[in-house]
Amino acid sequence: MAPPANRRSGFSRRAQYSTFFSYTAGGVVVVVGLILLVVSILNPGAFSGLRGVAVDATQPAGEVTAAGRSYGRHVWASIGGFFVSGREQARLERELAEAKVRLVEAKATEAENRRLKSLLRLKEAGSAPVAFARLTRSTSASARRFAIISAGRKDGLAKGMPVRSPEGLIGRVMEVGSSSARVLLITDTESLVPVRRATDGVPAFAQGNGDGTVRVRLINLGINPLKTGDVMVSSGSGGLYRPGTPMVILTKILRDGAIARVLANPSDTDFVMIEHTWAPQEPPPPANIESGGR
Amino acid sequence: MPKRSRSGGPARRNINRAPSPLLAFTLPWLTILVGSLVPGWLMIASAPVLPPLGFLLFLSWRQLRPGLLPIWSGLPLGLFDDLFSGQPFGAAVLLWSLAAIVLELIEARVPWRSFLTEWLVAIGLIVTYIVACLVLVNLAGAGAHVGIILPQVVISVLSYPLVGRLVAVVDRFRLTPIMVVQ
Repeated sequence: MAPPANRRSGFSRRAQYSTFFSYTAGGVVVVVGLILLVVSILNPGAFSGLRGVAVDATQPAGEVTAAGRSYGRHVWASIGGFFVSGREQARLERELAEAKVRLVEAKATEAENRRLKSLLRLKEAGSAPVAFARLTRSTSASARRFAIISAGRKDGLAKGMPVRSPEGLIGRVMEVGSSSARVLLITDTESLVPVRRATDGVPAFAQGNGDGTVRVRLINLGINPLKTGDVMVSSGSGGLYRPGTPMVILTKILRDGAIARVLANPSDTDFVMIEHTWAPQEPPPPANIESGGR
Repeated sequence: MPKRSRSGGPARRNINRAPSPLLAFTLPWLTILVGSLVPGWLMIASAPVLPPLGFLLFLSWRQLRPGLLPIWSGLPLGLFDDLFSGQPFGAAVLLWSLAAIVLELIEARVPWRSFLTEWLVAIGLIVTYIVACLVLVNLAGAGAHVGIILPQVVISVLSYPLVGRLVAVVDRFRLTPIMVVQ
């Protein structure tokens, strides 16, 4: 293809100057970009207000596309379900029968827990969810794992609140706009959640890998007690995530931990629930050590 | 790429009609802005899998119509992309402007081009862009390893000709003579 003729400045002074100034402007923009980048790396929250306003402005379109995504997923699920419905029906009936028995057992355990907690005078602080929202968009072209939810400051959201779906933990609120919020997903490399094994409470940390999996690192090194298929739940240490929220299932065991798959896949999630930050109350100070203690 | 003169009007002449200046001017900018928004809407991804569509459109417009978008256009377009991309703020401004300057230099050195050379140049820029994005994200504190961007690199490189096709269609629409000349 021939080069365009109008791009040569020739002897025209004016054309030469405009070429020169366009290159200069390009250089200036590079410097501006560099400055913005340094500011945002040194102070990650510097432009959060601006981002919040921009995401708020595009929120209606986000709602529409979220509804479209959900519809499309349901259509595929219906088509797939048509072929396996008989098998699935039998399996589900069997599982339902088992689950009913388990449910009765769980209710008994729950009642006992309540009784023991009331003995200890522990209170469930703020267990009601703050808000329900849709996942409207995500940073699917970036190495960071953020998602935007359709609830913001006017729904009572605040920074740090955990976000979960019925299946398990999704992430936590990073930046709050007026009608939208940015969520750091648990698969992000900067997300670090204290977890424990659901069955016996082996403590560990779960850090995102950035590719949809989560790296589980044991706190107590030594013999690795983890096994494939173990479910890790949040432990509540550090006081951010409610203890007992299901999080990941282990898929591959490593020397000092495991690689795990997230239980609540954000791409299959329609609605999420935003909870209060779980901050356990400090135990009351021992009253009157002299008189009571001895 | 359409077989038309790069310097101006459509090959088909409609007597007494001219392209709308508003459409002709705004459509390249609008498509790139929409391109920055669209990947986020398509899916809630667990890994970087979708191509950086805004950047691909930016490259494509600059390759199809050199000089249509000024070199400084990386500032407004990059700022908009940064608002939604999840990268540290300023990453797109920096990288898009650098890409524009590099394209400008390549165009001055290698004026004769074909589909293949344009694609090769674009592949170089796209791979560099995605790797640079990862480096900037890691500088900002994330410790992501290189393996996670491989699918994105492959998808972006393969989808670039399609994006170029889309840009050509929009360009034809942009220069459709619809306004009656008085």
